Amino acid sequence: MTDPIDRAGIILCLISLATLILIPAVGSNYLVDVTTEILIYSLFALSLNVIIGYSGNVSFGHAAYFAIGGYTNAILLTTYAWPLVASLLASITVTMFITGIVAYFCTRLTDIYFAMLTLAFSMLVWAIAFKWRSVTGGDDGFVGITIPEILDQRINFYYFTVLVVVFSTWILWLICHSAFARSLLAVRENPTRAGFVGINTRLMRWWAFVVAGTFAGLAGALFAMLHRGMYVESAFWTQSATVLIMTLLGGMFSFFGPAIGAATLFLLERITNEYTEYWPTVLGLILIVILLFLPDGLVGLVTKIRNYWTREH
Amino acid sequence: MTTSSPKLFSETIQPHSLLDVKNLNKNFAGFQAIDGVNFHLFPRERHAIIGPNGAGKTTFFNLLTGHLQPTSGQVLYKGHSLRQLAPHNIVRLGLARSFQLINIYPRMTVFQNIQVAVIARNKKHFSFFKSANSLFQRESEELLELVTLVEEREVIAGELAYGKQKQLELAISLASNPEVLLLDEPTAGMSTSETNEAISLIKEISSARSLTLLFTEHDMGVVFGIADQISVLHHGKIVATGSPEEVRNNTTVKNIYLGDGATDGQS
Repeated sequence: MTDPIDRAGIILCLISLATLILIPAVGSNYLVDVTTEILIYSLFALSLNVIIGYSGNVSFGHAAYFAIGGYTNAILLTTYAWPLVASLLASITVTMFITGIVAYFCTRLTDIYFAMLTLAFSMLVWAIAFKWRSVTGGDDGFVGITIPEILDQRINFYYFTVLVVVFSTWILWLICHSAFARSLLAVRENPTRAGFVGINTRLMRWWAFVVAGTFAGLAGALFAMLHRGMYVESAFWTQSATVLIMTLLGGMFSFFGPAIGAATLFLLERITNEYTEYWPTVLGLILIVILLFLPDGLVGLVTKIRNYWTREH
Repeated sequence: MTTSSPKLFSETIQPHSLLDVKNLNKNFAGFQAIDGVNFHLFPRERHAIIGPNGAGKTTFFNLLTGHLQPTSGQVLYKGHSLRQLAPHNIVRLGLARSFQLINIYPRMTVFQNIQVAVIARNKKHFSFFKSANSLFQRESEELLELVTLVEEREVIAGELAYGKQKQLELAISLASNPEVLLLDEPTAGMSTSETNEAISLIKEISSARSLTLLFTEHDMGVVFGIADQISVLHHGKIVATGSPEEVRNNTTVKNIYLGDGATDGQS
């Protein structure tokens, strides 16, 4: 959980970054599109892990903040023709504000009650997006988002996404390795003890929720731009489940785990859909394997193999 | 005019108490666990609360730190009521506690366990961009040294031996830099040698840091080894308070511990 960035880590980060920069030069349009979407989902999953991995609460409604960010950006860009930077900043702010209110109520609870309340709020957001047809487009979706001309180019939008996601990941990384995160881990591990060393445990969990929601909102805003549209499915609880599975698949006890999980799950879904229509079945099997054999996700598996390897040699 | 002079007089001969408990009651669905307790803790005291099992020691303790809310009565720390205060606010006033059952962060390292408490005391737990790893390293290491856990610095706390976990918990409580330290059965579950070590450790630390100590304990060896004041709790009432000598010779106390032909197996 506290993975201090060692030399191998830095090299791995640089390699990933170089790969991201080189993809448009060597890859097809399809690859660029897929990578853009994976980057957005990675940010989404990384944000969720602030709640799950670091504060130790399971959220079943994280899609709500993704959707709020997406719809806000869609509406401001298109309906009100705001410039991109202003619209993005406003989307982040709006998501942060709404998350703050929801988190105020959710952090009163813990465990299953917390999870159920996050689910309830996300259903509320879904219902609003579904019913408020004049603003959100209802179940037809908000289609035809206008984005700055320069970003209409596939490659430009790709680099824009790389920039935003890498910068956000860096901010999240700082937060997840800060004094705040360490205290948050203490709250996760033992709230009673944390309270008795002078930590306001509920306020800590509130902040974790707000950080998570805000970055999910940013991911949603990018998603809306990529697809030139925002749809109610993005607010539905199945979307919350998908990002939860991504986080678990990658490993919630490592910072980059959720991003790896997001890439893996996304690619698996694409590949599976090429051969069969039974993706939900495959997803179910994946979930069973994680829960039974990979409690620490893919990152945990890699660590286990590496430990085994170093012991053998 | 003349009425104020006795009060002044009493203040000059008696130091201000740190902790005052006034007519405290706690009722659990008809069972009177704490029954009209009055209690005062003075600075630099090493005060033990003793009593047979079920006397209400832990309940009393939990009432003091706001873990439980009293049915009636008051707990005042330096004149401030602790009622309705959250634990983190109580700690900020200078009152820290340990727990009877081990209460640490089992999946964090020994160093991190202590460091979090130091971070919290310095109010850096809302610092979102201050890297944690090197934060308050020296201060945390000094605490490690104090409780002799330097070699275990990088061990995952949950994997420590029981006695060492207790030592760690003591260090966590000390990291809050308290004025008053409340220890709930500090040697419970320890072996004899661990207990002896713990006694000398607690004595050493409390005098080095001029701590006021309040602790519950059922091991009489520990009580007489550490305490300079003892209060005896029986059926939720304090039946005697005094120096170890006074309490040892108190007939009521003797009856509680030795009465009905029962032997005091724990002394």
